Amino acid sequence: MRKKELKYLVTFHTTTGAMAMEKYCKQQQLPGRLIPVPRQISAGCGMAWAAPPESREVIHSMLIEQKMDVDGEYEIWI
Amino acid sequence: MIYLDNAATTLRKPPEVIQAVVNAMNQMGNSARGTHDEALAASRIIYETRELLSDLFGCPRPDHVIFTSNSTEALNTAIYGMISQGDHVISTDMEHNSVLRPLYRLEREREVSLSFVPADEGGTICYEEFERQITPRTRAIVCTHGSNLTGNLVDLVRVGEIAKKHKLLFIVDASQTAGVFPIDMEKMHIDVLCFTGHKSLFGPQGTGGMCVRPGLDIVPLKVGGSGVRTYEKIHPKELPVGLEAGTLNGHGIAGLGAGVRFIKDTGMEMIRRHEEKLARVFYEEVCQIPGIQVYGDFQADCRAPIVALNLKDYDSSEVSDELAQGYSIATRPGAHCAPRMHQALGTVEQGAVRFSFSWFNTIEEVHTAIRAMKELSQ
Repeated sequence: MRKKELKYLVTFHTTTGAMAMEKYCKQQQLPGRLIPVPRQISAGCGMAWAAPPESREVIHSMLIEQKMDVDGEYEIWI
Repeated sequence: MIYLDNAATTLRKPPEVIQAVVNAMNQMGNSARGTHDEALAASRIIYETRELLSDLFGCPRPDHVIFTSNSTEALNTAIYGMISQGDHVISTDMEHNSVLRPLYRLEREREVSLSFVPADEGGTICYEEFERQITPRTRAIVCTHGSNLTGNLVDLVRVGEIAKKHKLLFIVDASQTAGVFPIDMEKMHIDVLCFTGHKSLFGPQGTGGMCVRPGLDIVPLKVGGSGVRTYEKIHPKELPVGLEAGTLNGHGIAGLGAGVRFIKDTGMEMIRRHEEKLARVFYEEVCQIPGIQVYGDFQADCRAPIVALNLKDYDSSEVSDELAQGYSIATRPGAHCAPRMHQALGTVEQGAVRFSFSWFNTIEEVHTAIRAMKELSQ
């Protein structure tokens, strides 16, 4: 198994919310990718957006601006 | 073979639709069931199709586009999920059984009372009747955008205004019009728009859905697998998953998405004009053939590309079979799952032969069908 890294995680209520996130981040060239939600997090949808912690500020602002369907935001070692 | 049964299902699909289904079957895993490439491929295509449909119908949010297997399932979900014990519902004589039977079932099971805006012998309705039928218990208006039998359209802006004025739910069956006629949920004050994929949206059978106004509470018809909140006993409420228990028809939805994209690329107005022209040319010729009676309102500016007719007192099944066997022309005979409409037209016994046109029909095919009807009438 690979070494754990600190990640900024965004979870969503629905898969549709995760898809909207992925599409927007790709368009805007924001970092990250969809991963399965780690077990220590409880989330509506089974997908989470995982990005480097340093991108938290810019992504967080975008989540509010774009009214993304966010369930939670975390920083965890995965 | 000349296929003129497009109101039942469009046979000729854009090649992109077929290719999209083939690609999906080669590449797609299960949407919302993981984040490996194959699962994501499914989730992405399904999401894109939600976006395309929300844009097409003026649905405020892509996540409020719910996929079902057809209009019938969507209408059952909307009607069964929102109409309560003792409510009153207004519908019309123009409806298909996919509207009527869920309503009749609620009449038996939830003591729901029903009123129907009557259609005249030309199959048209009087809009003032909607308001006349309203009672203090009226909860909803459920109506079609276009009759599957006559092709007559309903002015949704007008009915939507009435629904809004009286704070009624407005549930619309767009089976015959989606993809050909402009529909704007906001402008028409539609709460739930039900559509099927396999007709004028050019998708595969087994696709369809409903666009839901945000804020509505619809009790799902089915609950079960959702891919999320596994340990909760209650199915999640969030849309779209709240109304989409079980694995979606991702392969079909990929085809539906390609169908909607084809409509957008070709232009809805272009498609409509072509289909209207075919139906109009056919009507203008066959209505002059002695012994042929055509049903529906052909004075209307706008109508679905459907021409239903009978030849003398021949059984409509016999005429349709002659067309199929003698001319390789596919039409639909008999009763068209629209019992009240047949009663209004006086065609309960005879049924009707329905010719319905699509973008992929040609004017030459129409002229062949006209010649066939002329021959059969002699």
